[in-house]
Amino acid sequence: MSKIHEAFEHGKAFIAFITCGDPDLETTKRVIRSAVDNGADLIELGIPFSDPTAEGVVIQSANYRALSGGVTTDKIFDMVREIRSDVKIPLVFMTYANVIFSYGTEKFIQTCQEINIDGLIVPDLPFEEKEEFMPACKKFGVDLISMIAPTSDERIAMIAREAEGFIYVVSSLGVTGTRENITTNLEEIVKSIRKSSNIPCAIGFGISTPEQAAKMSKISDGVIVGSAIVKLIAKFGVNSPEYVGQFVHEMKQPICSSKC
Amino acid sequence: MTNKAGRFGIHGGQYIPETLMNAVNELERAYNFYKNDEEFNRELESLFNEYAGRPSRLYYAGRMTEDLGGAKIYLKREDLNHTGAHKINNVLGQALLAKKMGKTRLIAETGAGQHGVATATAAALMGMSCVVFMGEEDTIRQALNVYRMRLLGAEVIPVKTGTGTLKDAVSEAFREWTSRIDDTHYCLGSVMGPHPFPTIVRDFQAVISREIKSQILEREGRLPDAVIACVGGGSNAIGSFWHFINDKDVRLIGCEAAGRGIDTFETAATISTGRLGIFHGMKSYFCQDEFGQIAPVYSISAGLDYPGIGPEHAYLHDTKRAEYVPVTDEEAVLAFEYLAKTEGIIPAIESAHAVSHAMKLAKELGRGKIIVITISGRGDKDCAAIARYRGENINE
Repeated sequence: MSKIHEAFEHGKAFIAFITCGDPDLETTKRVIRSAVDNGADLIELGIPFSDPTAEGVVIQSANYRALSGGVTTDKIFDMVREIRSDVKIPLVFMTYANVIFSYGTEKFIQTCQEINIDGLIVPDLPFEEKEEFMPACKKFGVDLISMIAPTSDERIAMIAREAEGFIYVVSSLGVTGTRENITTNLEEIVKSIRKSSNIPCAIGFGISTPEQAAKMSKISDGVIVGSAIVKLIAKFGVNSPEYVGQFVHEMKQPICSSKC
Repeated sequence: MTNKAGRFGIHGGQYIPETLMNAVNELERAYNFYKNDEEFNRELESLFNEYAGRPSRLYYAGRMTEDLGGAKIYLKREDLNHTGAHKINNVLGQALLAKKMGKTRLIAETGAGQHGVATATAAALMGMSCVVFMGEEDTIRQALNVYRMRLLGAEVIPVKTGTGTLKDAVSEAFREWTSRIDDTHYCLGSVMGPHPFPTIVRDFQAVISREIKSQILEREGRLPDAVIACVGGGSNAIGSFWHFINDKDVRLIGCEAAGRGIDTFETAATISTGRLGIFHGMKSYFCQDEFGQIAPVYSISAGLDYPGIGPEHAYLHDTKRAEYVPVTDEEAVLAFEYLAKTEGIIPAIESAHAVSHAMKLAKELGRGKIIVITISGRGDKDCAAIARYRGENINE
């Protein structure tokens, strides 16, 4: 078992997503530390992919910026190895199946264990295909995170029963990106997950304001924020760490209070 | 506990976001029901025959045969179908299926524009709305087809992300489908993507080889020695191969777009230059770098300009049942011009890749042998681009 559960042990979790290498890996390191210092409980590190089919324009652009800057899987492994000297919270990678498969599934996941990556989120790997990576994940103690979507319906129990680490509850149809309104009945979805599993549920896709974070954390165990952070990095570039820190701080407040 | 549905050897599968899983499952259930439904098959056959103009001709290319002095050459004239390409076969099938499923809106990707035009056509015919995603680069290369789709009532959305070509149009169509599933069917244009698409598209295109088989038996009293088709994703090729797969003496040859050559970076020849990967919902061969980033591919043909190949082709390659050969831009353009001058038939630049290889093979096989080339589409759409290639500027 990984240490992902630790992220959910101090009340509701705030999970930050960052695309590695956007605009460069030095900035990524500083953004990670700034998010940790301001209360992030878990960080999702995106390994960029040339064709991120589940992402909206904000994260797509971050992927292109990072790849144009020359970032590679190996350079990201080195970066994680380095920050692990002081960053102790759980870290997971978010990337597409081909990035893992093409590197060599065993070699990729063994390296995750070596550098203390706790889990993998693979948006193009549904329940039916998880055997692709599951044997190696089990072997090296890396959690393969399951996603549940507004369209999952009768699939929820099947997915929840075998879920590890936490369940990534997708708030809305469509791709990643900030949204003004989230209309899915997430309370119902979390309730039906609860019937099959006690694993923590974190809600992501479209969350960008403290009000949304408060609302979502009331009905789940945590919130995942990606595009809103990536937008700040796009806007402020190498100066973004302090802005991201401030944003994480603002988002974390209402989440903390919802546990009381 | 892997679900082995939709696997061709190790290839295929369903590598897609959870959000789409129920949509592809619903599609699979509907397809499994309707493919054996008499009324569905009657309606589809009537659309094929009355609307699309099937069966398409198997034409004996006498002048070409004589000129090359080798094997007898027959052309399977998919270019004579309504909308000018084989794409209509698949689209009529999927649109009819979508309609039975209660969908009112079709979305599609397109490269050269042939699949987009076919989808827009079927949508108009069946009273459905239609949105086509097309790489921005391709909207420029194929401006006439963009106008044609709009004329048919479709909305064409130029895709600016990535390389602005076919793979980006596919990605964008998947993104759109993720956001709107209830009323929308994604009418995928090739034997690719997640299961059940490679199987559905193959079954609808298999009409090509079914006809070739009965036509050649009638004409020659025997099966051909080789069937040749161009391969991007591979729908006209799998359609041309399907009913010959168990006839081991019939060579099946797919022609990939080598662009400026397989020893350059400007190529789209997946089998020659790609390796095993997972992308666009399937495990198959893809052009990619050492870290699994999908390579920007190139071909003069917008319809073959795709970094992957359908999973069943990957399997036919693994088992050596089919052969895949690269054909360069230059070779394809020469064959395009050759067929026009020799037979008075202007093939799509995609199909010209198959013609080019057949020209070599005809001599190699020699007299007494029979080759069938699938002319997957007509070349009117390519005239301006070929003129440019030859240094001439004409107004479309």
